[in-house]
Amino acid sequence: MARAVTANRKMINTAIAWAVGLLIFFPILWTILTSFKTEAQAIASPPIFLGFDWTLENYSIVQERSDYMRFLWNSVIIAGGSTLLGIIIAVPAAWSMAFVPSKRTKDILLWMLSTKMLPAVGVLYPIYLLFINLGLLDSRFGLVMVIMLINLPIIVWMLYTYFREIPGEILEAARMDGATLKEEILYVLTPMAVPGIASTVLLNFILAWNEAFWTLNLTAVDAAPLTAFIASYSSPEGLFFAKLSAASTMAIAPILILGWFSQKQLVRGLTFGAVK
Amino acid sequence: MGRIQLKSVTKSFGDVQVIPPLDLTIEDGEFTVFVGPSGCGKSTLLRLIAGLEDITSGQIEIDGADATEVPPAKRGLAMVFQSYALYPHMSVRKNIAFPLRMAKLEQAEIDSRVEGAAQVLNLTDYLDRRPGQLSGGQRQRVAIGRAIVREPAAFLFDEPLSNLDAALRVGMRLEISELHKRLKTTMIYVTHDQVEAMTMADKIVVLQAGVIEQVGSPLELYHNPRNEFVAGFIGSPKMNFIKGDEAKKHGATTVGIRPEHCDVSKSEGLWKGVVGVSEHLGSDTFIHVHETGLADMLTVRVTGDISANHGDTIFISPQTDQLHRFDAQGLRMP
Repeated sequence: MARAVTANRKMINTAIAWAVGLLIFFPILWTILTSFKTEAQAIASPPIFLGFDWTLENYSIVQERSDYMRFLWNSVIIAGGSTLLGIIIAVPAAWSMAFVPSKRTKDILLWMLSTKMLPAVGVLYPIYLLFINLGLLDSRFGLVMVIMLINLPIIVWMLYTYFREIPGEILEAARMDGATLKEEILYVLTPMAVPGIASTVLLNFILAWNEAFWTLNLTAVDAAPLTAFIASYSSPEGLFFAKLSAASTMAIAPILILGWFSQKQLVRGLTFGAVK
Repeated sequence: MGRIQLKSVTKSFGDVQVIPPLDLTIEDGEFTVFVGPSGCGKSTLLRLIAGLEDITSGQIEIDGADATEVPPAKRGLAMVFQSYALYPHMSVRKNIAFPLRMAKLEQAEIDSRVEGAAQVLNLTDYLDRRPGQLSGGQRQRVAIGRAIVREPAAFLFDEPLSNLDAALRVGMRLEISELHKRLKTTMIYVTHDQVEAMTMADKIVVLQAGVIEQVGSPLELYHNPRNEFVAGFIGSPKMNFIKGDEAKKHGATTVGIRPEHCDVSKSEGLWKGVVGVSEHLGSDTFIHVHETGLADMLTVRVTGDISANHGDTIFISPQTDQLHRFDAQGLRMP
């Protein structure tokens, strides 16, 4: 029997859900609001919520002072490149783990995941030295490689989970029907795994876009993405709240828009297989 | 042509041997059913023939040619899976056409063969639907259609009806039998349901723990079971087994009598017992009898409807010419 929910209870639940949602969203909303204030209004006490003089001044100053498009382009290259490369490496890996598992497959998966438990700063020094010696500091290629490797365990895990949902009998049927391994992958497996691959790409792109630790530490000017763009506006004195907010808004806008349009796909992908 | 021969075939998973050396010949055009309890190795045997599993040792010949190392696609066999294993992203038409596309046939040839198969299987109206929009029975027919179009040397069925409801199962059982009569192609059919085995097979192979207990026609197995296991497995309801003094009277360790070979009376008979449950099927009544002192329970089958209530005393007389005698090893005595 379904649990009986009274109309009152439903309204309270809805109200609570909205409250929690707004609470979580508030910092982003505040950032966006602040980006339209003057610097004085931004630090006014008590804070002004909506009753301020809306201005686009911060955006034009930020754009004047630093080349937004260059940072944006670096972000696209780094997030897109690391995602593409990661998928190319992870698909065959997840494939073999899901369909031809060995005795050690579970151990390998756990071992891969364990690298995510290490604080990134723990390997900063060796990687920094590697970058210096290989001449990769402040290069997009170096960042693509590092961020791809950082996210690879997650990509393999996600793909592995999706592939595991594909019944082996369907692949066997393809084999009986005369499909070669290539045809089996091309005509049967990939089309069935498309939702899973798509949400993996999406999530990984978002993770790579937001990655700040490595992008801040391994870039200076040439390869600096939007995370570095935001950071350049934070000053310990805290006098540029409005400009920092404008920079942040500009940096998160592309990924927010991407996330908004793909949220259906993302939710479907992340709960794939959870509900039959 | 589709004559399949297994020569000393074995299969081990790690250290566990699931199929000890096994020899079997399936003649061209024969409907052979592998039957046995779950875990008896019947599906594994089918997968070995299909080539989906590698055999550990021995040889598989298809039409006289060694097929042991031949990949599944090249063996000329078609398989119908328990879960149907349809391609969910393709229409019915594309599902059925898939093996032909893989064989690089001309589009016109593919179309005509798909139309033909659809007609035979009553799928013409559903060709442009996806498998997800079909009922279980229709899906099973698509799976069969995908197998037919290839014109294989033999069809392999792996418990194809066990996902269907009872009424549909009986219908599909008939359809598959009719298909065999029409195509006259070798079919190997795996099931745990002895009724399916009895009704469909030309030849039944009874398996237990990877070992062939007996091979024969349905009636051969019914009338002359080689041992206690086959006697108990073939026939429904199950044969009654009686041990002890009553068996010794017949010079055996165990005697078996089928429920349909017992005469029942309310007043007199050889064995006396108390009615437990009677199952009325209309045409028949199955009476489960307790407290006979012979076995925990005896089942008898009475034609027509008989009033036997719980707790009634009842007398059973076995038809002595229908008694099966088994020795200490469980083997049938002449």
